[in-house]
Amino acid sequence: MAYDYQPFPYVPPPGLTGPEPRHPVAIVGAGPIGLALAIDLAQRGVASVVLDDNNVVSVGSRAICWAKRTLEIFDRLGVGERMLEKGVTWQVGRNFHGADEIYSFDLLPEDGHKYPAFINLQQYYVEEYLIERAQELGIDLRFKNKVVAHEDKGDHVVLTVETPDGSYTLEASYLAACDGAKSPTRERMGLPFEGQTFEEHFLIVDVEMADSPFGTDTPERWFWFRPPFHPGQSALLHKQPDNIYRIDLQLGPDTDPVEEATEEKVRPRLRAILGDRPFRLDWMSVYKFRCARLERFVHGRVVFVGDSAHVVSPFGARGGNGGIQDVDNLGWKLAAILESAGGNDLLESYNTERVYGSDENILNSTRATNFMTPKSPIEAMFRDEVLRMAHHHPFARRLVNSGRLSLPCSLAGMPMIGTGDGPVAPGMAIIDAPLQDGWLLEQVQGRFVLVGFGDVTLPEVTGVDRLGIGQSAEYPCVAPDGDLVFERYGRGIAYLFRPDGHVVASFQNPTAEKVQGAYQRALGAKTQVTA
Amino acid sequence: MRQDDKLGTEGDAVYAALLTAHEGLSEAESHRMNARLVLMLANQVGDADTVQQLIADARALAED
Repeated sequence: MAYDYQPFPYVPPPGLTGPEPRHPVAIVGAGPIGLALAIDLAQRGVASVVLDDNNVVSVGSRAICWAKRTLEIFDRLGVGERMLEKGVTWQVGRNFHGADEIYSFDLLPEDGHKYPAFINLQQYYVEEYLIERAQELGIDLRFKNKVVAHEDKGDHVVLTVETPDGSYTLEASYLAACDGAKSPTRERMGLPFEGQTFEEHFLIVDVEMADSPFGTDTPERWFWFRPPFHPGQSALLHKQPDNIYRIDLQLGPDTDPVEEATEEKVRPRLRAILGDRPFRLDWMSVYKFRCARLERFVHGRVVFVGDSAHVVSPFGARGGNGGIQDVDNLGWKLAAILESAGGNDLLESYNTERVYGSDENILNSTRATNFMTPKSPIEAMFRDEVLRMAHHHPFARRLVNSGRLSLPCSLAGMPMIGTGDGPVAPGMAIIDAPLQDGWLLEQVQGRFVLVGFGDVTLPEVTGVDRLGIGQSAEYPCVAPDGDLVFERYGRGIAYLFRPDGHVVASFQNPTAEKVQGAYQRALGAKTQVTA
Repeated sequence: MRQDDKLGTEGDAVYAALLTAHEGLSEAESHRMNARLVLMLANQVGDADTVQQLIADARALAED
């Protein structure tokens, strides 16, 4: 069944008839990034207004691969379980060279995590769930509200918004630009958005089909270099819910995108892959892509989040997943700043940490794209010899690059990250583990919390919650389910987690002074924290 | 002889560095650079038997 796009109602905003009180945060763009940020802020008691020029969810499946870390963040935002239930879980990928499989990989062979390595779920479902969650939280969502101008006044931003009933202005303490790869906010500010553009055209098609092409009931990710059905190019096959399959075909640099994205041209290409299986064409698009980012993600009171700040090629699923990590990083910081609990440099740390994360995503996706689309005869020779050797040599399989799939970014070495010698290093994102009643990530994410694993006493520090695992104490304690949690974190050790689930520091012998120091550092050391 | 992976996650960086080194070279220049690099790597391996085995393995794939 094709997705039923329901338009969201336009409601005339109060600003049309009189000045609105200043909003703490104005979010431009009601895509997955803008909605996730609004939800994160609302869960922290910070009101935002979300402005979008459109009134439907994403047309076409677009971002479909949601990584484990993203699902864990969505869990905290209240939509993770729903996504997992609807999504197609996969963890096995197979790479082919010609007709032969050269190797397969299992992304998460390990048990004891609430979420799998990846699910596939169309962006329109993700947006639908996020919008319902936002409505549940009473978030001010304004569809058909197009931001056409903004001015940074130093301590707030003034936005000019067009609606079907005319224009109005609106004030906000911060503006979060979640307005996508072509970000009108970024263009209005004339900020350079530089990087590498790839000349290859790719065709992306969704088809609905009852029969699985994988020859098994388990959905997988299949990637071909030089497949017999598409000579000289590459191809990707993936399953989404509702029996929708995503097919990505490299077309080469010299194709006419308008001509290629027609049913007459696309059907024979699909027949070559899918054989006689009946299918329905659901959506298609021809695209080129870039790897680029803004030099800075924070400009005064304007903060860029997601594709407006950075874009990558799709190989590795680092676009949407990278954007959700931006949200996770920004939400608690913005809330802390608005509540005057955060230091002056807290917002700057969003810039530092996510520029770093974005560079990691750009590096990986650029390498994958270069492997897939050799730019010179010598590059093509190296690539083809890697593929030939991969049939025989494990080392060459490791070099085959059809996308290095999105992994959580480690913040090790960043200024606001402390020290510690536990098995989960400071800077790393939480590693989930089973508890007797639920999962570690459900207990830890969303707050500053000092977690004691096994025999360790947790000191009291203002602003920091405490949680004991496998101990009994005056503070809340939970029981582990088996030993996995200790295998992953150690015993007799305490970890301080930030609200975004990253480890700030670990302590063999946590004293109030040491924990307080790490906490202050994580909040921005330059300003005294008000209790 | 099957060659196991020894570079781990650094493999991508090494591969990228190789391609970068070839940028801007003509094909003939690239071949000469490869020749130099192969001889340097053989010297780094530092063991004639191992190098001869690798030569044989690389040559075998030419006849696939």
